[in-house]
Amino acid sequence: MISFLMTVLQKVFSISFLCAAVVQGMPLLYGATGEILTEKSGNLNLGIPGIMYMGGIGGLTGAYLYENSGGSIHPGISVLISVVFALVFSIIGGLIYAVLTITFRANQNVTGLALTTFGIGLGNFLGGSISRLAGTASQITVYTTGKAFKTTIPVLSNLGGIGKLFFSYGFLTYLAIVIALICAYILKKTRVGINLSAVGENPAAADAAGISVTKYKYVATVLGAAISGLGGLYFVMEYLGGTWQNNGFGDRGWLAVALVIFALWRPARVIWGAVLFGGLYILYSYIPISGLIQELFKMLPYVVTIIVLIVSSVKKKKENQPPMGLGIPYFREDR
Amino acid sequence: METKCAIELKGITKRFGKVVANKNVSLSLKNGEILSILGENGSGKTTLMNMLSGIYFPDEGEIIVNGQEACIRSPFDAFQLGIGMIHQHFKLVDVFTAEQNIIMGLPGKNRLDMKAISAEIQTLIEKYGFEMDTRKKIYEMSVSEKQTVEIMKVLYRGAKILILDEPTAVLTPQETEKLFSVLRRMKEDGKAIIIITHKLHEVLDISDRVAVLRKGEYIGCVDTKDADELSLTEMMVGKKVELDIERPKPKNVKTRIKVEHLTCTDQYGVKMLDDVSFDIKSGEILGIAGIAGSGQKELLEAIAGLHAAKDESRITYYTDEKEEVNLIEMNPLEMKKHQVSIAFVPEDRLGMGLVGNMDMIDNMMLRSYRNGKSFFADRKKPALLAEKVKDELEVVTPGIKTAVRKMSGGNVQKVLVGREIADNPQVLMTAYAVRGLDINTSYAIYHLLTRQKEQGAAVVYVGEDLDVLLSMCDRILVLCGGCISDILPGEEATKEQVGYLMTHKGGAGR
Repeated sequence: MISFLMTVLQKVFSISFLCAAVVQGMPLLYGATGEILTEKSGNLNLGIPGIMYMGGIGGLTGAYLYENSGGSIHPGISVLISVVFALVFSIIGGLIYAVLTITFRANQNVTGLALTTFGIGLGNFLGGSISRLAGTASQITVYTTGKAFKTTIPVLSNLGGIGKLFFSYGFLTYLAIVIALICAYILKKTRVGINLSAVGENPAAADAAGISVTKYKYVATVLGAAISGLGGLYFVMEYLGGTWQNNGFGDRGWLAVALVIFALWRPARVIWGAVLFGGLYILYSYIPISGLIQELFKMLPYVVTIIVLIVSSVKKKKENQPPMGLGIPYFREDR
Repeated sequence: METKCAIELKGITKRFGKVVANKNVSLSLKNGEILSILGENGSGKTTLMNMLSGIYFPDEGEIIVNGQEACIRSPFDAFQLGIGMIHQHFKLVDVFTAEQNIIMGLPGKNRLDMKAISAEIQTLIEKYGFEMDTRKKIYEMSVSEKQTVEIMKVLYRGAKILILDEPTAVLTPQETEKLFSVLRRMKEDGKAIIIITHKLHEVLDISDRVAVLRKGEYIGCVDTKDADELSLTEMMVGKKVELDIERPKPKNVKTRIKVEHLTCTDQYGVKMLDDVSFDIKSGEILGIAGIAGSGQKELLEAIAGLHAAKDESRITYYTDEKEEVNLIEMNPLEMKKHQVSIAFVPEDRLGMGLVGNMDMIDNMMLRSYRNGKSFFADRKKPALLAEKVKDELEVVTPGIKTAVRKMSGGNVQKVLVGREIADNPQVLMTAYAVRGLDINTSYAIYHLLTRQKEQGAAVVYVGEDLDVLLSMCDRILVLCGGCISDILPGEEATKEQVGYLMTHKGGAGR
């Protein structure tokens, strides 16, 4: 028993496990940061998993078109193109949600779930079926772009263990952390952040204070979608190395939504939360038990989320609760 | 030279559907004065003020601010014009500190310099003599502290014109006195202040002029020094209007429910009813008059078993077999089991009374789905009842299978009342049964209530319109601040009397 625990601990505290946790955590970090921004405005966007699919397939499509355009391929340009495509695709997803829930005040949960179904379908359709229908290669692959995304920091990444742990990732990893930090700063230290929180907590109060509730909701929702979409791009490019796998993204989108609860709507907490979730997500393959019991380990991130939810509900600390206006459409003359 | 006008309203009209909330209202407010707006419930005070603060937009008329015609389309526009409103229901973010609430929505350097902001707020606090810890979160604050934050929010924005919507409704007398001294200091500072209230002694205490609204119309404006409580009451309630409601003599009057020492608190522990004792008698209509929020809601809900009462309270129900049933700590289902037959038409029709998304049949079933022994619910009888209600009460609807939320307010009310009187209740309680209804529907409801009385039911009618209360009810119970001011015989009571009792706790001094 003790030797079993020792092997587990050894594996878990190895550099390779921690690196793998970071890699697994990044899509969650993007998704959760985007979702926090959205939820802070009072919109519970359950379409985030779908939007992440859309961002992924968008980036892949852009890079594919560029790589197959016939000219010489410049890695920098292909990265730029795929980022732009990913942003455009996910922004479209965010806009669909925003128009339906903010302008038409549709039910947020229904809209979000529908968007997720749509996004996953769109991703699998463009990524899988189309290439098969066209009879070309069985898979879309953009290895050149994928390689560009995987480029690590030259000298630093060779500094042994430390180098591997901190510098062996592509630029999207660092961008994710920077975005989360910026969001944390904006929410805590700026007027925009206070106004955004006010919109999500009590839109009527924000409105009476002269804040444009509609504008804040739109910007936060669309920006949140764009950030989340980058998580899909990360998965397709850096994790898969520039190819598509039907349903390959799995339930990571939902994990990102769970992570928002785990992080108690704080972007700074999301950073380490994402690495923790990433680690828990793959822990099963580091446990020397085979068979069905492995499956039980896959639910660890959700178990942790439920525990956090229970603890924060029991403690009833107001600051740790979801934004009060979450999920409720706002209409000024409604009373 | 005369003091310049801060605000002039000319011919303001606002309608909500068929209901006219404000009709051709014109009034003015000068700088450095406190104007009280006085009126009963539903007289359109808050609607009028909401048009100044950008919540509503007037259908007709013009608003002139500081001599220039203004178009106030949003709260932001109102701030630009220096108008700040302190709402009756506070518009604050619970998890924010006072400081954060004060600065939210303001333009300025994006990066927050909390030190500088704190210092600015501190000077405001000293200038007007507030007592306040600005680092405290709103959810830790008392009601009066929250109100102070609201006032500071408006002042920090440099408002020159302040509107306070019933600011004293939630304050203790000491807190009210503090608020008034702050208001006087603001007045000396040259600010124009409007205060909406229906407490006469406060009007006389704080204001320079009083404007009176009645049923959405502007009645007049008097200098406070020329006014007294009687003259204001008369302006507020108006002359008695004879209504064409028959009032047959009560027959077979006997006590149905005895309420003794009823005391209730709201969710914050504030006393809403204080030691209330009276009888509800079969064969008569008991009217309940009072300013909104004087405890009417809690009174009816306590009897209906929907609101907890304090230990010393007793509510006894006398059944036809002369049995006594104690209703305290009984829920509606237990009451039904004890042969207690109470029908309740709540104020919030689609919130508490009916389910908006369900049709008439299903709404009828809410009362009867437990009937019968079968596993499956009986839908036939409710369908028949729905048809009957539709025909007898002339409910206008495409059919009994249309969702009730698609009907107009009057028809929704008919469905609710129809269901409640369907199994001939011994007690029928209604809260604001005709609110938002047109004249014809209102009369239909009055007629229904009178018919219930003739059939021997004990009817309780909580109403706003004093004319109706005086013409229809056999006894009128007047509530003020959770206490009974008096119980008057309906035939002899005068409008002034009721109006006076509504605004004087305990009915003292007369």
